[in-house]
Amino acid sequence: MPRKKIKLDHQIENLSILNEKGKLDKDLVPEIDDKTLLRMHRTMVLSRRFDEHQLRWQRQGRIGTFAPAKGQEASQVGSIAAIEPSDWMVPSFRETTAAIWRGTPLTGLLLYNAGYNEGGRIPDDQNDLPIAIPVASQISHAVGIAYAMKCRGEKHLAMTYFGDGATSEGDFHEGLNLAQVYNTPTVFICQNNQWAISTPREIQTRTKTLAQKALAYGMPGLQVDGNDLLAVYAATREAADRARKGDGPTLIECVTYRIEVHTTADDPSKYRSEEEVEAWKKRDPIVRFERYLKTKKLLSDDDIEGIDEEVIKEVKGAWKEAEDQMKQLGDPVDMFDHLYAERPPYLEEQRQDMKQSLEARRG
Amino acid sequence: MAELTMIEAINLALRQEMEKDESVFVLGEDVGYEGGIFRTTENLYDQFGKERVMDTPMAESAILGMSLGMAVYGLKPVCEMQFSGFSYFGFHQMESQVARMRWRSRGRYTVPMVCRMPYGGGVRALEHHSESREVYYAHTPGLKIVIPSGPRNARALLVSAIRDPDPVIFFEGKSIYRSFREEVPDEEETLPIGESQVVREGGDLTMITYGALTHRALEAAETLSEEDGIEAEVIDLLTISPLDDRKLSESVRKTGRVVIVHEAHRSFGPGAEIIARINEKSFFYLEAPIQRVTGYDVITPYFAREQDYIPDTSRILQGARQALSA
Repeated sequence: MPRKKIKLDHQIENLSILNEKGKLDKDLVPEIDDKTLLRMHRTMVLSRRFDEHQLRWQRQGRIGTFAPAKGQEASQVGSIAAIEPSDWMVPSFRETTAAIWRGTPLTGLLLYNAGYNEGGRIPDDQNDLPIAIPVASQISHAVGIAYAMKCRGEKHLAMTYFGDGATSEGDFHEGLNLAQVYNTPTVFICQNNQWAISTPREIQTRTKTLAQKALAYGMPGLQVDGNDLLAVYAATREAADRARKGDGPTLIECVTYRIEVHTTADDPSKYRSEEEVEAWKKRDPIVRFERYLKTKKLLSDDDIEGIDEEVIKEVKGAWKEAEDQMKQLGDPVDMFDHLYAERPPYLEEQRQDMKQSLEARRG
Repeated sequence: MAELTMIEAINLALRQEMEKDESVFVLGEDVGYEGGIFRTTENLYDQFGKERVMDTPMAESAILGMSLGMAVYGLKPVCEMQFSGFSYFGFHQMESQVARMRWRSRGRYTVPMVCRMPYGGGVRALEHHSESREVYYAHTPGLKIVIPSGPRNARALLVSAIRDPDPVIFFEGKSIYRSFREEVPDEEETLPIGESQVVREGGDLTMITYGALTHRALEAAETLSEEDGIEAEVIDLLTISPLDDRKLSESVRKTGRVVIVHEAHRSFGPGAEIIARINEKSFFYLEAPIQRVTGYDVITPYFAREQDYIPDTSRILQGARQALSA
């Protein structure tokens, strides 16, 4: 009766295709057409500038608390671009770049961040769930959607986003476990941005990787350089193909970094060093991707400047539009809408009460 | 028409809805091959297969979260929490997600799911198996709370709950699962959610109750009639939220006297809300303070003493006579 090693179904690999020094592994480069490459770039730049402007507007009191995606643009675009519009995206609360890729208007995001529910509505032609704030709580929703797709014999998949902190939540464990048990077409994208507010990755878990948590569920897990758009895209593509073929879910850990605050309500200088942030800024995913596009002769410095001007104009235009929309919105009695298909009598009474109080207040 | 227990009636509702609508799915712990620990889902697995009658891992939170995802995608999941006392593992899914999805998405996504859970005492079970904590859920905007009192209305209400466009929590009183049979028609029957029923008419006193205790309230009403010559009107709420306060008011305006009977704890319990509604709508019709006969505000005791905790007919009579004395 010897003591033997048990061979697990999967091994954990790390994937990097385009490193921070610009070195490219040509054999691993995924097939992406030029138009898509340029759209990926533009989306990242737009998301970056949008974050920066929103930060300013938050400091000025024009919008409320929000969670910037700065630094994580490649891990979001690389993954979201690898699935189809007919697939579903189940986000947490930091997926601005992915949301822009899917078609969410900046005005909607601004309205949401300015405290208007209306901003959270997903456009009708977009298969995305709204932002989910309680960490990890959205993971099992993607499993349910994927299970329904599978039962209907469709070839779609559901992809969900969460951070490193989410891997400590019970809902992460339960969700991944159920996905594997029912072999659902689900892709789990963990954006390991190293920090859950002030809690560093090593206090979150002692495992060497987050990807290896997949092994506990009998699921393949892969760690990728999250600031390497090509690697994220290749990994997600592979996971999406597997899901579509009926081979079940995959966990992908994108190793990236949250350059900015967790949300505008915290001060990261209190818990992490400037050196660490600076080191990660050198691995900026946008700079890396621009260098790649320049060597491919898809972009020039002039182009980059032009795109920058263009997206800044777009961001400012979105704010104007959001401001206009806010003037039209804001009848508070709307908070009684959409609670139930039909408003029960007691709620209608409260709604009338509110109307009267508002009228009395207005005089 | 067959004489069914509440277990069999619930099973009938599930079976017929699954036959009629292939988007109806059943999921939960031991609900498939085993047919449910109380046998409410018996034979569904054989008839509809493991894809639609899903044995799940022990994961209340993911059962609810997965149900939400399925519902958003157009299915009608009927999930089961094995005991309401274990549903708290999934409470945050219910509160943070299930109840809010329609509202958060401004009507883009709806969650037409049912969550069934056995509640209440009377079956000599272990700790955590006998609670009556429906107010946790009734306090949550976006949910509907239904509690049947017997086989026939359980069947009809469950059908309505499955067809309802919003999430419904369906509490099943364990003590009446098998305690009596009732005629349940084979043909389809539904009951509107949000409407209570007058199950005994009377002009002297209004007795408001629901679930398993409806039967004790009816017994107490008979005793009142025989011993005191008092005719109590007994209202079976059937739905806790939204509360049918119109029917309550009609009865209170007629009798002027009220006793509320429930198994749930007294403080901040369903009775507190019912009293508030009566005060708001019919205070000047009251002739005496409203009485509450309820579970005490202690942890639900182990089974050797549970019958001293759950309101019985003598406590109900006491409460009723108190309401009549002033």
